[in-house]
Amino acid sequence: MSFLTVAFAALFYAATVLLVVGLARRIYIYWKTPAPLKIPTTPAPVTTGGVVLRMFREVVFFESLFKGSKWTWLFGWVFHMALFAVLFRHLRYFQEPVWGIVEWTGPLIKYLAFAMLIGLLGLLARRYFVDRVRYISAPSDYLMLLLLLGIGISGALTTFVTHTDVVAVKSFFRHLMTFNFQTMPNLPGDPLMVAHLGMVALLMIIFPISKLLHAPGVFFSPTRNQVDNPREKRHIVDWARKLEQ
Amino acid sequence: MAKAEFEIPELKEYPEIPPIQPGAMAHSKPYVAKVDFQEALGFPGELIDDWHDKAIEAMGDLLGKYRSLQVFLDSCVKCGSCTDKCHYYLGTSDPKNMPVARQDLLRKVYRRHFTFAGKYFPKLVGATDLTEEVLEDWYNYFHQCSQCRRCSVFCPYGIDTAEISMAAREIMDRIGLGQKYCNEIIGKVFRIGNNLGLPGPALEDTLEGLEEDVMDETGVEVKYPLDKKGADILLVTPSADFFAEPHVDGLIGYGKVFHEAGVNWTLSSKASEAANFGMFIGSYENMRKISLRIREAALELGVKRIVFGECGHAWRVAYSFLNTLAGPWDFLDQNYPIPQHVCEFTYDLIKKDEGKPEEEKVLKFDKSENDDMVVTFHDSCNVARASRMGDFPGGQFVIPREIIKTVCNNFADMDPDTVYEKTFCCGGGGGLLTDELMELRVKGAKPRMEALKNVIEEDGVTHMAMICAICKAQFTKILPYYGRGMDMIVSLHQLVSNAIVLTGQQTEDDEEETEAEAE
Ligand code: HEM
Ligand code: SF4
Ligand code: SF4
Repeated sequence: MSFLTVAFAALFYAATVLLVVGLARRIYIYWKTPAPLKIPTTPAPVTTGGVVLRMFREVVFFESLFKGSKWTWLFGWVFHMALFAVLFRHLRYFQEPVWGIVEWTGPLIKYLAFAMLIGLLGLLARRYFVDRVRYISAPSDYLMLLLLLGIGISGALTTFVTHTDVVAVKSFFRHLMTFNFQTMPNLPGDPLMVAHLGMVALLMIIFPISKLLHAPGVFFSPTRNQVDNPREKRHIVDWARKLEQ
Repeated sequence: MAKAEFEIPELKEYPEIPPIQPGAMAHSKPYVAKVDFQEALGFPGELIDDWHDKAIEAMGDLLGKYRSLQVFLDSCVKCGSCTDKCHYYLGTSDPKNMPVARQDLLRKVYRRHFTFAGKYFPKLVGATDLTEEVLEDWYNYFHQCSQCRRCSVFCPYGIDTAEISMAAREIMDRIGLGQKYCNEIIGKVFRIGNNLGLPGPALEDTLEGLEEDVMDETGVEVKYPLDKKGADILLVTPSADFFAEPHVDGLIGYGKVFHEAGVNWTLSSKASEAANFGMFIGSYENMRKISLRIREAALELGVKRIVFGECGHAWRVAYSFLNTLAGPWDFLDQNYPIPQHVCEFTYDLIKKDEGKPEEEKVLKFDKSENDDMVVTFHDSCNVARASRMGDFPGGQFVIPREIIKTVCNNFADMDPDTVYEKTFCCGGGGGLLTDELMELRVKGAKPRMEALKNVIEEDGVTHMAMICAICKAQFTKILPYYGRGMDMIVSLHQLVSNAIVLTGQQTEDDEEETEAEAE
């Protein structure tokens, strides 16, 4: 096995562990931290079903963002939806056999890579050109977009221009997933592919320690996930109950 | 026009988002609380020596107690959606008044001490130590947030800067850096029973005066009882209702409605204050202690229901928190909402009267009494975005408007981007209603003043009605800066009071028969 293959095998194992453990820990913290008061942003749903619907609209349509800023919504929504579609298409690199739906939609989704890049470029432009957004941006905010752009561009190039040996790449990941090191093939040394995979591993590593925590965060946001029923049902958490004794 | 040492914002026909002017409001800060007032609330008297370590410790404590704080500090992606939503940013152009930038004042210290990236790569993620300058920014800019929650409406994760401001104020209180206005007032509530420090005998006098006024005006004996044991309803109302204009006209209105409804009600000298400034300073303990007065009063007087008067943040604490803080309310009549808003009370009667012949109605109105006005309605932030009325989402918008339309012939709403859930704060909420913050208050009122100007010009609006004691006090004070009269501001129940025809009231046609029946 080449050095590159060993290094990337180690990198992906490490990145996966950090991502999974990091996210699990974060989610556990959110889960366990009490919300002592009812603070939904009203008007809010008065039933649990209503809250599920509200959350669905937030996560799928970015409803509040739409109210707030049409341009950010447009670029942001296009970026995310294209990202999820492209990630879905990536299943074909990990599955054996590949689901029919992944197979059929693949050729179409392929082109969504461009939508994703346009979305990211729009967000980057807004960050740089709108004085208010520039003011609130730290270096990491630009770097995050550049990292995703880097992943998107290198991925698109391997798909549309250089045509890397994806069969070998897939075989590499299948072996990693099944912990089968005997017959593990070498990872192709194509610099674009190496860059793509390297950046993906970096993204996985920083996910649980960066603002990407917005993905689990949105589900735990008390202003969005609470039912508006404080008069009907007494809401009290443990540390607050202790004050009553 | 009132005199000012600062520039009064120019009102535009179409709202504009100003370019940022860093430092524009860096000088704005409220007076610091004195030793006595701090200690009365259980906080250190003045800034302690090891304030840095204690502040970080307090932050850690709050992070473990409030999911909102933990999730909000982690989740912001700096999308910028909230940046142009705060009235204080729109009115002052100071970028630190953009909600996300305000949060960042706390977030950068959070990152430095509580996150991997901030500990090892502070420059990269904009993390900083808690220096004296940062503390000064905290004090100044967390007292330029009225906790109105407008930002949270537009944030994709619902990040509510109010929660961050409350936490920051609690941290500052715990290191001995409290705000004079809020903390003094809370002290007065504990010692005397209300924000204004009005003792029981003074209240009694005032209420007797009101009874006489109503008698002179209508010839009907309407009672404004205080500490009446065995009453069914305890009315808890902001103490400004006892004497300030136009608040008191609202109180007169509640009394008339209760009188016509034939309910047995009372005020309490112990709970002579609906306001709860414990919320503004983010102190669960103080908020709870203030709320418990209402429980005690309700138990002592033996009432069955609690009704709240017109006050925005008080209604938030009442509607959203009272059950948590001072419940369970199992000794009250469960057939009514606990607590109930006075608007819900009035609206219920109006609803039940619908379709009945005029002489059978409980509340009879002569709408023409309000014909000298064209009214618009200012949604108060805490009612709009932090509570509800009625049994359906958005009742807090519908019910007050329905009441106004029932008692008034001329009503016009302001620009849809400035009402309902998108309503703009009056500029004086969240514990900022103090004179040394006048510049902030005037500038923060700009978006509302703009919307008001437009309905004045387009619909001939003459009066703005509202249901919040702070809004009323703020607008009556700042309207003159914008060249308008303070008498534009009316209490919602003042409109009710104007139009209501009391049973037995001397009007053109004599109604003695109905009076006899009602006795
Ligand atoms: C439940 C899943 C998710 C939801 C609901 C969500 C939602 C959002 C929303 C509403 C925004 C703000 C608008 C914008 O700037 O685009 C945002 C920003 C962002 N999201 Fe997500 N997201 C999710 C998952 C992810 C994932 C998995 C990634 C990355 C791999 C990601 C990367 C980003 C980035 C980088 C930004 C900042 C964009 C900028 O700098 O302007 N998101 N997300
Ligand atoms: S809560 Fe209101 S005052 Fe505070 S930052 Fe948000 S919009 Fe501004
Ligand atoms: S809208 Fe929310 S996520 Fe976007 S910058 Fe403001 S606080 Fe952050």
